[in-house]
Amino acid sequence: MVRGLAIALAIICLVAAPACSRRNKPTTTPQPAPTVTEPPVVTGPPPAPPRTSQRVEDQQPAPLSEDAVSDRSLDELNRNSPLRPAFFVLDSSDLDDAGRSVVTGNVEVLKKNPQWVVTIEGHCDERGTAEYNLALGERRAAAVKTYMVSLGIAPDRLRTVSYGKEFPFDQAHTEDAWSANRRAHFVITAK
Amino acid sequence: MRRLRTHAVLLAILVAAAGLWPLAAQNQNQQPEIELVIGGDGNSPPHYAVPDFVAASPDAGEIATTISQVLWDDLAFEREFDLIPRDVYKTVPAARSPEQVPFAAWRELGADAVTFGSVQKSGDKVVVQVRLFNVRTRQQVFSKEYSGTASNPRLYAHTIADEVHQQQRALRGVARTKLTFVSDRNRERLLGPIDNREVKEIYVSDYDGANQRRITTTRQLNLNPSWSPDARAVAYSSYRGLTPQIFLSLIYQGVLENVTKNASSNMMPVFSPDGTKIAFVSNRDGNTEIYVMNRDGSNVRRLTNHPAYESTPTWSPNGAQLAFTSDRSGKAQIYIMNAADGSNVRRLTVSESYADRATWSPAPFNEIAYAAQTGEWFDIKIHDLATSTVRQITFGEGSNESPAYSPNGKHLAFSSTRAGGRQIFTIGRDGRGLRQITRSGNNQTPAWSQ
Repeated sequence: MVRGLAIALAIICLVAAPACSRRNKPTTTPQPAPTVTEPPVVTGPPPAPPRTSQRVEDQQPAPLSEDAVSDRSLDELNRNSPLRPAFFVLDSSDLDDAGRSVVTGNVEVLKKNPQWVVTIEGHCDERGTAEYNLALGERRAAAVKTYMVSLGIAPDRLRTVSYGKEFPFDQAHTEDAWSANRRAHFVITAK
Repeated sequence: MRRLRTHAVLLAILVAAAGLWPLAAQNQNQQPEIELVIGGDGNSPPHYAVPDFVAASPDAGEIATTISQVLWDDLAFEREFDLIPRDVYKTVPAARSPEQVPFAAWRELGADAVTFGSVQKSGDKVVVQVRLFNVRTRQQVFSKEYSGTASNPRLYAHTIADEVHQQQRALRGVARTKLTFVSDRNRERLLGPIDNREVKEIYVSDYDGANQRRITTTRQLNLNPSWSPDARAVAYSSYRGLTPQIFLSLIYQGVLENVTKNASSNMMPVFSPDGTKIAFVSNRDGNTEIYVMNRDGSNVRRLTNHPAYESTPTWSPNGAQLAFTSDRSGKAQIYIMNAADGSNVRRLTVSESYADRATWSPAPFNEIAYAAQTGEWFDIKIHDLATSTVRQITFGEGSNESPAYSPNGKHLAFSSTRAGGRQIFTIGRDGRGLRQITRSGNNQTPAWSQ
């Protein structure tokens, strides 16, 4: 019985022997070839062709169709607007004397046209980041609104919006253009 | 006694052999063993050759050329490999089959790795096979077949490049990622009361600038797009009403969702990393602050409460924090706060005169890029959060703004005026590898998809 077990073990070991020896064999990590022209030739099966096919699906986005709405009579009014833009100094949302004078004039126009609702747009020159200029424009519009309310215009007739540096009045990259672009622009949105 | 010792030895061998059985079986299946990762000489990156794919059907030539050129560009982009220029391949005889790859000739050109690819086209159906060989050992280390339509051959190359980067460098390549940005290239005029304003629409493109497509047709101002984490939706603000509101374009379904609907301004939407929330900027409570809402616009919560201006949020990779811009110190600077409740506010940029548009890197990098004023204009800088050191990656060539990290953190997209107008560029986080993405009209505020 003991002898039988020994024989069985010996047989198993014989079978397993190649495994033992293969395990000790170093991994066949490719070594740099001794010469450029004689790289080691690989024996064994040729490269297997790819077995499974991976689906590659292409999708392209489709634009959405829609039309912005425009009011022609308001467009005409704004094209020859009686409301004047107010200008600001660099990086400031404070109305100076000239700015206050312009806004005061606009307030008089609004008092004569009590049904008008106005959007005050804050604009900036290009010398700030696109993102932060949206803040600065908001502040400019808000400063103008506060001043107009102090002169007697009902707050619900005044809306504010910032366009940052997205809609320059003058596309040039000069001091003059920048001065013209730092502005509060008045748009009549209901009459 | 002797017999006992023999038994012990045999038993030990038996146990060892039993443990080795699976290994032995495995080895027999894999013979010969292949080292999958192709190295270069010494510490230098491996040199790759990507010759033209073979047209396996008469009308596949154009697709084959496109795939091989795009694959070359994709593999070069990550700078993990040195790509041997394609114009020197003509000294190497073209292989018609994988068995014909002239390894000796490729080795003479200095190649460590070479691809062999073929393209078969029947009707609109395309089958692409590609293999990657170690030139020294002549062993194949990568082999794959792809099938699909002929509508966008570049996507086969992008897929191959991403899989090769994954297998060879354990790197998540960006070849299948996309950019979104704002452009005025259509030169359309704004509808409405104001003359002389050009509309800006939202565009998307492949990471390399191919396939640029408009995804909005509002004829209005649309700003600050950002991707949902699944890259199937773009959030942005649109001035189609009196004030900017946040919209979500599901770009493959043609569905538009209006996420914010109120009289105040809502802008700069950015998705949380898990895609469930959107941080944004609003003046709905009177002052411009940062808010968070669910993706559908519900559950709006205010995170900042300061008389200064707070804007331009960006999420940390785990969604626990937000970096943002505030001018509470007098000038725009970058701050960080907890995303859950706006607590623990601390200032990040302490030596900039003006800093805006933070973008938080994904892991494994731990840094925040932003646009900083350098003289009259702006440059891209990167703040390393571990060491609190700052490095600059653009240097006064035009004004450089609005950085956005690639999903693997190795690259940034940004806008620059260096090439005429404002254009989108990509650059490595080390400041190398500049590529121009857009060339038409003015283009701004890029965001990079996952």
